[in-house]
Amino acid sequence: MIAMFRGILKSQKVIVICSLILCVLFLMALFAPWLAPNDPTAVNFVDKLQRPSLDYPFGTDHLGRCIFSRILYGARISLGYAMLIFMSALSIGLIIGIIAGYIGGWVDQLLMRLGDGLMAIPSLLFVLGFVGIWGTGLKQVVFGLILVQWVYYARVIRGMVLSLKEQNYITAAKISGSSTWTIMQKHIIPNVLPSLVVMGTLEMGWAIMNLSSMSFLGLGVQPPTPEWGAMIHEGKSYIRTNPALMVYPGLMIMLVVVTFNLLGEALSERYGIKRR
Amino acid sequence: MSLLQVEQVSHKFNSKRLFKTNNQSNNVLHDVSFSIEEGSCLGLIGTSGAGKTTLGKVILGIQRPQHGKVLFQGHDIYNVDKATQRKLRRDLQVVFQDSYSSVNPRMTAEQIIMEPLENYEKLTIGERRSKVVSLLERVGLSEKDLKKFPYQFSGGQLQRINIARAISLKPKLIVLDESVSSLDMVTQSLILELLKELKVDFGLSYLFITHDIKAAFSISDALGVLEKGELIEYYESKDEFFHSRNPVILRMRESILAEHPRFRSLTKNVKMV
Repeated sequence: MIAMFRGILKSQKVIVICSLILCVLFLMALFAPWLAPNDPTAVNFVDKLQRPSLDYPFGTDHLGRCIFSRILYGARISLGYAMLIFMSALSIGLIIGIIAGYIGGWVDQLLMRLGDGLMAIPSLLFVLGFVGIWGTGLKQVVFGLILVQWVYYARVIRGMVLSLKEQNYITAAKISGSSTWTIMQKHIIPNVLPSLVVMGTLEMGWAIMNLSSMSFLGLGVQPPTPEWGAMIHEGKSYIRTNPALMVYPGLMIMLVVVTFNLLGEALSERYGIKRR
Repeated sequence: MSLLQVEQVSHKFNSKRLFKTNNQSNNVLHDVSFSIEEGSCLGLIGTSGAGKTTLGKVILGIQRPQHGKVLFQGHDIYNVDKATQRKLRRDLQVVFQDSYSSVNPRMTAEQIIMEPLENYEKLTIGERRSKVVSLLERVGLSEKDLKKFPYQFSGGQLQRINIARAISLKPKLIVLDESVSSLDMVTQSLILELLKELKVDFGLSYLFITHDIKAAFSISDALGVLEKGELIEYYESKDEFFHSRNPVILRMRESILAEHPRFRSLTKNVKMV
């Protein structure tokens, strides 16, 4: 048992370590209310810009709020909404990609040209435009990011479905009386999903980066809600006197994005899946 | 009435795009007509690109031909209502050449063989299991193989699984599209033996599509020769193949390798040069 575990650890060091880090981060986000030593939004001007202490593990910000608690609560938003973006974009991409790839013809042309149109606009610009029309807020940013993101999944899935469709077992399934729905359920989705999850891991880092950058620009999460990008935004006026305000959330974003990317790379290398 | 009647089937592949239609297309099938009687096997011989596989697809109901009709048990398979089509599908199965790509790599042998049964028969889990086991045993595998995945089988074993899947619904006609062509000589003859046995046991008819004249000879009752999309020769009895004077047939006959190089005709070598 221990030997087996050690074997896995040795052969897939990167995958194991990255997954562990992410597990810890997700657990931290999940149990933030129990782990956080202070209320993340409680303003306390007496203790503002404190150095790290037992009461405030990472110190306090310009309004005297506990940075550590804010980072814990911020993880909920950053990781949670990144997950939401990932899942929604994946579902939309899966459905549209399968429809385009399996049905083909003008349906395929229509959906893919729509996708090309969306891809022609840089994603940041698209989300900015979206926020410009519908107003600032987390909802709009998340929605905009999903709208940008599904295209990548749809394209990859369409390609995979196109090559799967030519496999003899799909033909054999048709001949043995399976309906289109059964074929999708039994033959196409199970063969497409593993590569998608790998691709999604790579895209998670992207989602967190974008979510945080939108918040940094003041377009996403609004104060006083704690979010990593918004925390950097708030701390930027104190960069000379108290860089800690920016360093901690910045490091967290870096840790999460790098971990997701390393994990994605390792997974795609192991399972032989090309990026995009 | 014949089991299967193919009437004047012609087919072309047009490459259609959104804004342009490519008119340069080639006739894949041209005016092909033949029939298969119940309980018999028609061997269809042809070189690569002769249109064998397309003809197979047309008969299987997955490639609508541009002209002509395919009558299966008296119904035109491309012009019937959904319910009848479903019923006809049940009696028509296929075994492809590439045994590996004919099975979903993520399914076990049991799931693979069960697929047609699930679609057509309401069975309890126990009944299904025993049926799959009996099918596996019928094609020469054992109960141990139920939970194995395709990569754990050899090509010949996988082809047996494909055959088990094809016979699971007790169909009337099985299209064998180069089914034994990618197997080694020994496995090939074993599979051919199995097919012959099954034909008698289940009262099957075969359409045996191949480029391998020897294999076609060992299993077929009647023979057809497809060349450039046309059925150039059709023999009720396969021995007539050896009496034909058609130059295409002569070439084919010469290409059959003798058991030993010593027996190869000397004149052939001269002709080849």
